[in-house]
Amino acid sequence: MNLYLIILMPFIGAVLPSVCTRYGRNAAAWAAAGITGLSLAVAAISVPAVFTGEMIAVSLPWLPALGLTLSLRLDGLSLLFVLLILGIGLLVIMYARYYLPARDTMGRFYAFLLLFMGSMLGIVLSENLILLLIFWELTSLSSFLLVGYWRHQAAAREGARMALTVTGGGGLALLAGILLLGHIAGSYELSAIVASGDQIRTHPFYPAALVLILLGAFTKSAQIPFHFWLPHAMAAPTPVSAYLHSATMVKAGIYLIARLHPALSGTDLWFFLVGGTGLLTLLFGAYTALFQHDLKGLLAYSTISHLGLITLLFGLGTDLGAVAGVFHIINHAIFKASLFMAAGIIDHECGTRDMRRINGLWNQMPHTGTLAMVAAASMAGVPLFNGFLSKEMFFAETLNQELLGSIYWILPTGAVLAGIFAVAYSIRFIHDVFFNGEPVGLPRTPHEPPRYMKIPVEVLVALCLLVGILPVITVVPLLDLATASVLQRAVPGYDLAIWHGFTGPFLMSLAALTGGGLIYALRRRIYALHDRLPVVSAKRIYEALLAAVTGGATRGTRALENGSLQRYLALFLVCAVILGVAPYLAGDALAFGASAAAPIDGISLVAGLIIAAAAIGTAAWHRQRLLALIMLSVVGLIVALTFARFSAPDLALTQLSVEVVSIILLLLALYFIPHHAHSGSGAARRLRDIALAGVAGGGIGFLCWSLLTRTHDGISGFYLEQAVPSGGGSNVVNVILVDFRGFDTLGEITVLAIAAVGIFTLLHGLRPHLPDRDADGRAWSRDRYPLIMAMLSRPLLPLALLVSLYLFLRGHNLPGGGFIAGLVTGVALILQYLANGIAWTRERLVLDYYPLIAAGILTSTVTGLASWLFGRPFLTSAFVHLHPPLIGEVALASALSFDIGVYLAVVGTVMLILARLGEITAPQHMAGLQNSEARD
Amino acid sequence: MEVLFATVVGILTACGVYLLLRARTYPVVLGLTLLSYAVNLFLFASGGLVTGKPPVIAADAAGYTDPLPQALVLTAIVIGFGMTAFLVILALRARVELGSDHVDGRGADR
Repeated sequence: MNLYLIILMPFIGAVLPSVCTRYGRNAAAWAAAGITGLSLAVAAISVPAVFTGEMIAVSLPWLPALGLTLSLRLDGLSLLFVLLILGIGLLVIMYARYYLPARDTMGRFYAFLLLFMGSMLGIVLSENLILLLIFWELTSLSSFLLVGYWRHQAAAREGARMALTVTGGGGLALLAGILLLGHIAGSYELSAIVASGDQIRTHPFYPAALVLILLGAFTKSAQIPFHFWLPHAMAAPTPVSAYLHSATMVKAGIYLIARLHPALSGTDLWFFLVGGTGLLTLLFGAYTALFQHDLKGLLAYSTISHLGLITLLFGLGTDLGAVAGVFHIINHAIFKASLFMAAGIIDHECGTRDMRRINGLWNQMPHTGTLAMVAAASMAGVPLFNGFLSKEMFFAETLNQELLGSIYWILPTGAVLAGIFAVAYSIRFIHDVFFNGEPVGLPRTPHEPPRYMKIPVEVLVALCLLVGILPVITVVPLLDLATASVLQRAVPGYDLAIWHGFTGPFLMSLAALTGGGLIYALRRRIYALHDRLPVVSAKRIYEALLAAVTGGATRGTRALENGSLQRYLALFLVCAVILGVAPYLAGDALAFGASAAAPIDGISLVAGLIIAAAAIGTAAWHRQRLLALIMLSVVGLIVALTFARFSAPDLALTQLSVEVVSIILLLLALYFIPHHAHSGSGAARRLRDIALAGVAGGGIGFLCWSLLTRTHDGISGFYLEQAVPSGGGSNVVNVILVDFRGFDTLGEITVLAIAAVGIFTLLHGLRPHLPDRDADGRAWSRDRYPLIMAMLSRPLLPLALLVSLYLFLRGHNLPGGGFIAGLVTGVALILQYLANGIAWTRERLVLDYYPLIAAGILTSTVTGLASWLFGRPFLTSAFVHLHPPLIGEVALASALSFDIGVYLAVVGTVMLILARLGEITAPQHMAGLQNSEARD
Repeated sequence: MEVLFATVVGILTACGVYLLLRARTYPVVLGLTLLSYAVNLFLFASGGLVTGKPPVIAADAAGYTDPLPQALVLTAIVIGFGMTAFLVILALRARVELGSDHVDGRGADR
């Protein structure tokens, strides 16, 4: 459980600094430091166990079916990173307290920092790769917030965006790579993947998985050609750079490479991709760093170069290479963090970071100068400083590899060249800033910073020296432990002595030191030479690419999305037709079954001809609207008859009653929707639509035919057998609706209610244009409510209600039920409105439809919930059979109460829609309208 | 009979699709209704075309047709009404707001 706490504490604690910030800047800093310290303390509990060689693992199931577990691990490598993240984190928190100007909110800064810290801890503690990826993306997001902390600066926003785009994009590639890797290894757990290295390397997906994972790692660790985001991220406050761009964020990619080293390394592809990229990055970074005039820019390119060095070491694939790689991770984190902090102090004191203006600070800041010198010496690889040790191991490894054959000299030469430039830019960092004449027009007068701002730098610089002079005592135990978990086997013997004699690596170090000194001495000529070189700006390429992508997307969207719904629908249908027709063409989909075809009888044929004619008539005369509506109602009636013919009395009843309601609705709508002799579509469009409709209809007809001719075993046997014993009703359709699939029905009446509410809202405040004449200029009849109809309709109401009651009660056993009864009641009520007018009906029918719908859904839901009282699942039904006179047997099931809910919801919906729409046309409404207009 | 049924479903679909592609709201509503008929019949057909065997349990019944598609179609009919109604009112509202009954809101006609 401890491991979860280590990660969770920064995430949960992120709110604390924001809360504490009102008690002052120190409070916020103490809160952040306290949380980090707690995390560190929890991690420390596990240190002894890890040092015995144990791997601490914890696991919680998350989505086990997808291979997702919340599993964490703590082994040597994880521990090393946890210590770096939390240790340097603490120093950065202290440093930031004095670095950030008073106008910046400390709370927000520390909250972002803690979020980032938690994400980073998540990466290095994850055992499950998917979990690792989630934290990976969280670091991208939180680093976006940190880099863009000074959001008023355009450069900060741009740098943050660029970092997010590049590392986030790499994260997507990593996701694909992890999925492939999990597919190959059969698990997303790191221990399983690391153990199945042979299986992974021989798998045909290996190259793809490797490239994708490396894309993720290289973008995060700023390897060429994805390095360009790092210099732009220097727009961040310096504490952020000291943290993210030395010890944590950019090391995440390296961590991944080290972590997956046993599973992926050992192939030529690995060597050339990882080693090659590392070498290029190493050289390019070291060379470019020399020509930066910005203090932080120099450090950024130096970071790129050192990351390349570590990548190259892991790319070699040798055991000692891994030792050197892990060692350099530690050393680089320490000296680079201190250098960034020193650069921050200088920036803070001088108000600029331009090395052409900052000169001769030694007189004002000897203390800071000393600290910076130690760290820079470490970076350059001067003996007695920690950078020297890992660099010498690196030189030794470049001499030891054999894969390159006759061009073996490339690696050592490249290494020495990079070493020369590293020495040169390190000298520049010190000499330009602290010596080299007098300052040139600094915005501020520099002096030593506050005492506590230097403490973090002092701690780190002390570490540089300790590791450099006494490596065996200080760093070897941790180094062995971390390397063992990288290699997954015993660490080979190595000797971290400062003096080995005049060996090859020592001579290379010597060459780098003298060469670097020489280059710096000749710097003016080299700068002049460099200025004449053509500039290839990766940023420019990135921007051009980005512009091309967004431009393409915009054009694509514009081409597809021109605002015409008509066109969208056509495209939609074309896609549906293509998707539907494609399987036909593939061949085996046309499997017609052997079930015997029923003969066609005369009545069916006639009905078929009528419905076909009516449908085509609807389409053909759709502009003669009343005619089309009549045709449509013919289609609906024949559909109802079809249901009746093929053993579906419930459906026939439903269809019939819905038909009545729908036609009334459409008639009402006809009143509002204008009729005018607008020109129809052009012939070409009509032809296109006919073709599309023909293909769609043909396809559906074909599908229907093949469906009908196949024999199948339905799942309905269960419902037929269980309807009476379990559902207590013999009308199986109704039992399915209110009992077996009651939950579906509840959902459906809810949808119905939502539609009603939507309609109510749409109609609210609607003032349609009310025509007083029809399309041909004839005035609407004054005789609104024909007397005979009105008189006839009144006694019909109780009769119709009785019928609907009857249909409702018998519904569980014979055709009927809540839906049908509800529709019949609706029709009966609507008839009163039609025949007698709104006003007349309203006076007599005091019923609010809104609560009716709510009551319906409530009744059904409560019925379902009631079964909980008896310890049964939601919507379990119970029943008794009653025999009231005249009606016959009635099953008094709890399902009946559910059906009452359905009934109420249906009546409410139908009435709400039609009555509301009708009211708009009502004379008093018109009168009210005229009155209000008159008032206006 | 199966051929006849499938043909009718195909014709209903074709007419529905054609009307859906019209530019004015009224034919679109008609088309949607036609298409609903076709879909309901199609769904219903998945239980087979059985005559005289309603799924009502009785002692003297010769057999029963498949009740499940019927239950599905029954709710589909009611929901279909809700959808048609919503579309009609939406068309009405659009007509008032935009002054046009073109589905793209083009050509205000007032």
